[in-house]
Amino acid sequence: MSVFEGFRFRHVTSPVHNRDPRIKFLFVIAMFVVTIFFTELLPLLVLFFLPLPFVLIAGVRREWLRSLRGAVFLASFIFVFNFVFGYLYRSYPTTTTLLEYSLALTLRFLVLVESFSIFFLTTSPDHLSLALEQSHIPYEFTFAFTTAVRFVPVLAEEAQTIMDAQKARGLELERGNFLKRVRNYIPILIPLIVSAIRRSLELAEAMESRAWGSSPKRTNLYVLKIKLGDFVLLLLAIILLALGIYVRYFVQIPQFSTFLPPLPF
Amino acid sequence: MIEVKDIRFTYPTGVEALKGVSLSIKDGEFVAIMGQNGAGKTTLVKNFNGLLKPATGEVLVDEVSTRHVSVAKLARTVGFVFQNPDHQLFSETVEEEIAFALRNFGFDQATVEKRVTWALNLLDLTDYRKTSPFMLSGGERKRVALASVLAWDPKVVILDEPTIGQDHRQKEKLRQFIVQLNEQGKTVVIVTHDVEFVAECNPRVVLMKDGKIIADGEAKRILTNTTLALEASIVPPQIAQIFHGLTFLGLPSDVIDVSEAKKILVEYFQEHRR
Repeated sequence: MSVFEGFRFRHVTSPVHNRDPRIKFLFVIAMFVVTIFFTELLPLLVLFFLPLPFVLIAGVRREWLRSLRGAVFLASFIFVFNFVFGYLYRSYPTTTTLLEYSLALTLRFLVLVESFSIFFLTTSPDHLSLALEQSHIPYEFTFAFTTAVRFVPVLAEEAQTIMDAQKARGLELERGNFLKRVRNYIPILIPLIVSAIRRSLELAEAMESRAWGSSPKRTNLYVLKIKLGDFVLLLLAIILLALGIYVRYFVQIPQFSTFLPPLPF
Repeated sequence: MIEVKDIRFTYPTGVEALKGVSLSIKDGEFVAIMGQNGAGKTTLVKNFNGLLKPATGEVLVDEVSTRHVSVAKLARTVGFVFQNPDHQLFSETVEEEIAFALRNFGFDQATVEKRVTWALNLLDLTDYRKTSPFMLSGGERKRVALASVLAWDPKVVILDEPTIGQDHRQKEKLRQFIVQLNEQGKTVVIVTHDVEFVAECNPRVVLMKDGKIIADGEAKRILTNTTLALEASIVPPQIAQIFHGLTFLGLPSDVIDVSEAKKILVEYFQEHRR
C-alpha cells in the first residue's frame, strides 16, 4: 500500500515544490505534447533524462524511482506487444529497427509517466486545490477533488487493516483459481465500501457543523502569485515546445539501428 | 504456548515499533498488554498470529516459528479479534458472518452449523441469527466479531481493545465472559488502555513503552507502582489511587480490586469503631 503514500500531505519546500502549480502543469503539458511528437529512440532518450535535474533538486529521487518501478509492468507489456506483432506482420525492414521502435514506444510511455509523477510528487494537494480555485473552478468541485485525494492513503491503510482482519479469520487471498481469487476480495471490499460511505457521512456532518459554504465568497490564507522562478519555468516550457516542433519538422533524426549490424533473425 | 524471542519490527514508513521484545505466554494464561498509544502493543500481538513477521528474532507458536507459516494456518490456533468490528463484517446475516471463518478452515457443513449455533448462544446472539450485521448496534457488532472468532475454538484468543465503545454494563459482561473463557483453559491476551477493566480482571500485566517491555507481572504489583505508571503514562486505577493516599492509616497500598477494597475498609472500620 506504500504506493499511495505519495498522496499524503507533506510540507516540503524546494525550488521545484515552490513553483506555481499552474506553470508546473503547463510544463508537464509541454513535455506531454513533445513526447507525443516522437517515435524515435534518440529524442525520447533526451526527453527521459530532461526532467532529472528537477527530480534531484526536489529531492524526490526515491519516490520517483518507485513510480517508475510501478510503471515497469505496463511498460514491458507495451514492449512485448509492439515487438511481437511488429515481427509477426513484418512491418519493419529489419529486426533491429523493430527493436528500436518497440523500445522507443516503451520509453515514450515511461516519459509520460515520469513527467506526471514528478508533477504530483512535487505538488501538494493544497497547492493543487489553490490552483484549481484560482482558475475559477467552483469551490465545491475543488473541495471534493482535494478531499478525494486526501483520503486515498487513509483508505489504503484501512484496506490493509481489513485484509489483516479477514486473514486472521482464515481468508487466503491467493488461494484458488482466477474466479475464486476475485471472489476472495468480497470480504475486503464490502467493509471498505461500507466504512467509506460511513466516513463520508461523518465528514459531511463535521463540515456542516463548521459552517461549510456559509458565505458564497471565500478568501484564502495563501494566494498563488507568479514569481520570477515561475517565469523561468514558463520560458523553459516554451523553449521545449519550440525545440520539439523544430526538431520534428526540420531535423533528420538518426536511428541507432543504422549503426548496428542487423540481427540474425 | 507463545514464545517471543528478542524480536524487532520496523514499519515500511521507518517507524521502529518493536525494539527487542522477549516474552513467553504459557497455555491457559491471561495476559493484558498495556501502555500508551504507539508503545507497540498491537504490533506485538500482530506478531503472534503472523500478520506481521519480525525483522529479527522469532516468534514460536506451539514451538513452530511463525516465519514460514501462513496467517490462515496460525489463525487456527491463535484467534485475533480486531478492535473495530466494522473492519470485518461483510455478510448478509450474522449466521453467515460466523460461518465465514469455519468455512475457510474447511469444516464440514454439519460441524459449521453446530459451531455457529454454539457461538450464537455463547454470546447471546441467537435472536439475531438471520439479521444483517450492519443493522446491529455497536456493542452487538462487537459481539458478532467475537463470536465469529470463538466459533472455531482457537487455543489462544487475542482481543485488541475489547472495551472501546462499550457501555459500562457491556464492559462488565465482557469482563465476566473473558474471565470465564480463561477459566475454561483458553489462553487470553488483551491489548488495552483501560486500567479499570484490567484492575477488575487481575491478569498478568505486560507494560510496554517505546517498543520495549518495561514491566511484566501481577496486575496488582504493576498497576499500583506509581513510578512505573508515570513512566508508561498510565493512570493507576481509582481504587489504587485511594489506597495510595490512605497508607498513613496503615492500610496496604497494593489494592486494585473493588471487592477486596471493600473488605479491607470494612475490617478497618469495624476495628476502629468506638
